[in-house]
Amino acid sequence: MPRDTLTGSRIRERRVMAGLKQAELAKRADISPSYLNLIEHNRRRIGGKLLVDIAHALGVEPASLTEGAETALLATLREAASGSDMAEAEFVRIEEFAGRFPGWAALLADSQRKVETLQRSVEALTDRLTHDPHLAASLHEMLSTVTAIRSAASILAEPGDIEPEWQRRFNRNIYEDSARLADTSRSLAQYLEEADSEASETNAPQDELDAVFQKYGFHLPALETPSASVEAAVDDLGQGLSQAARWLLVRVLRRYRSDAERMPLADCADTTALSGSDPFAFAARFGCDLASAMRRLAHLPDDLLPDPVGLAICDGSGVTTFRKPLAEFPLPRLGAGCALWPLYRALARPMMAHLEVMEQSARAAARHRGIAIAQPTAPARPGQDVLFESHMLIVPEPKRETSEDILQVGLTCRICPHADCAARREPSIMVASAPRRL
Amino acid sequence: MSKQVLLIEDEPNIIEAISFILSRDGWTVKTHSNGADAVDIVKQRKPDVVILDVMLPGKSGYDILRELRSDPDINGLPVLMLTARGQTKDREIAERAGCDAFMTKPFSNADVLETVRALASK
Repeated sequence: MPRDTLTGSRIRERRVMAGLKQAELAKRADISPSYLNLIEHNRRRIGGKLLVDIAHALGVEPASLTEGAETALLATLREAASGSDMAEAEFVRIEEFAGRFPGWAALLADSQRKVETLQRSVEALTDRLTHDPHLAASLHEMLSTVTAIRSAASILAEPGDIEPEWQRRFNRNIYEDSARLADTSRSLAQYLEEADSEASETNAPQDELDAVFQKYGFHLPALETPSASVEAAVDDLGQGLSQAARWLLVRVLRRYRSDAERMPLADCADTTALSGSDPFAFAARFGCDLASAMRRLAHLPDDLLPDPVGLAICDGSGVTTFRKPLAEFPLPRLGAGCALWPLYRALARPMMAHLEVMEQSARAAARHRGIAIAQPTAPARPGQDVLFESHMLIVPEPKRETSEDILQVGLTCRICPHADCAARREPSIMVASAPRRL
Repeated sequence: MSKQVLLIEDEPNIIEAISFILSRDGWTVKTHSNGADAVDIVKQRKPDVVILDVMLPGKSGYDILRELRSDPDINGLPVLMLTARGQTKDREIAERAGCDAFMTKPFSNADVLETVRALASK
């Protein structure tokens, strides 16, 4: 069983914030200061009555000591470890590492993210030669010309006599071909320059879109007024984006605007004040479909909601087309998430709302309610198949005794500890460590 | 009688250079620049070796090679493939289509000569 979580670090943080000395807190909790010191450095596991006592002495909820916002950090660290041949014994100490060296851990996580971005750039560049017909054709042209020049030049350079007529011919060929080469290379250089200035084509457009929302937030006041213009917002937010990312942005913002029109901000505030982050209440109040209600909730300012909510949208192939992750419910940046999420199950039974209380990683075990529905992407047309897309709203759920089943889910298989999972599509680097609380 | 090479390539200056070095080595060189009827030309000429470019107008070198290999009359004919892209993928496609040798542009004259000689003596 792996060593403890970050509980110790949080106790230390709370104690310092409260201006208590270690000895003082130890006394109140009826333990020795040296034992408290071990706990605070995540060297001793803590739980049960002692945890409650310490929480009481600090005047905080016990749960606030055992839960933290480190899920995303830990997930990134696990990904970093998954790329290496890290020994199991080292790997299970990941939380201890994050707790004892938060600065170093953040640095490592940051590096890991940079590595991922670079890897994708390299892949995109490699791809480019195969998928960019202009580039492939230019290169082919250049290589053909170079071949002709090389052949002719080496005939002339070889020792031995060549008849004057042939000499003239090859000289002329080299001259012609070199002029052609100059033309092609100039146009290729120009093409590459244009492609570069058109924003980084090396980045996935979806990533660029994520970056926009990361920068401006998911609530966009510019789209909330009745006179709002999507074009103006795209011009404003989409500066420096590639064509592809801009296209995605236009699509997302058009929907945003149409949702906002049907559900004006002031009325939304009333509704959340009454029923919190409940998409069903929104759908009933505004007479709209559930997916629109979910999108509206995800784009509301955080202070209107009890807690910020997350949202994932995927198309019929399961590829994520929109993601608003939460600190404690990260969404994978590449590829699909956990097949157990109602997001994907909804695709199998469209038009039905799927509800599930989930704990994402068995470790930090923050609890979320996932509400998912798959709806047609466009109105039905005579005799034509409809395409479906699935929405999943992610609402933080207080941790309390409940008779509801709690679904243990993962983020992605590679870093998911659940053993014997029917939905597993890839072995985990974590299954070896004993499953907990399953 | 000297042995015959059929060069199927659409780049005039490459044709000229290769023709020159092969003729100087004692080969009879015939050339053809269109992919569409290349297979018929091969059957007509019955060369000892074929040099076949991959990127041809009308029909790709790979398709031409596959047709040659499926024809019992000429399926033993030695073929040297030329391509501008040296990716392993291209080489694989060429080998699966049944080429005897494979060269990426830009190649050297000496390599071409050596390969054609080796193919003819097979």
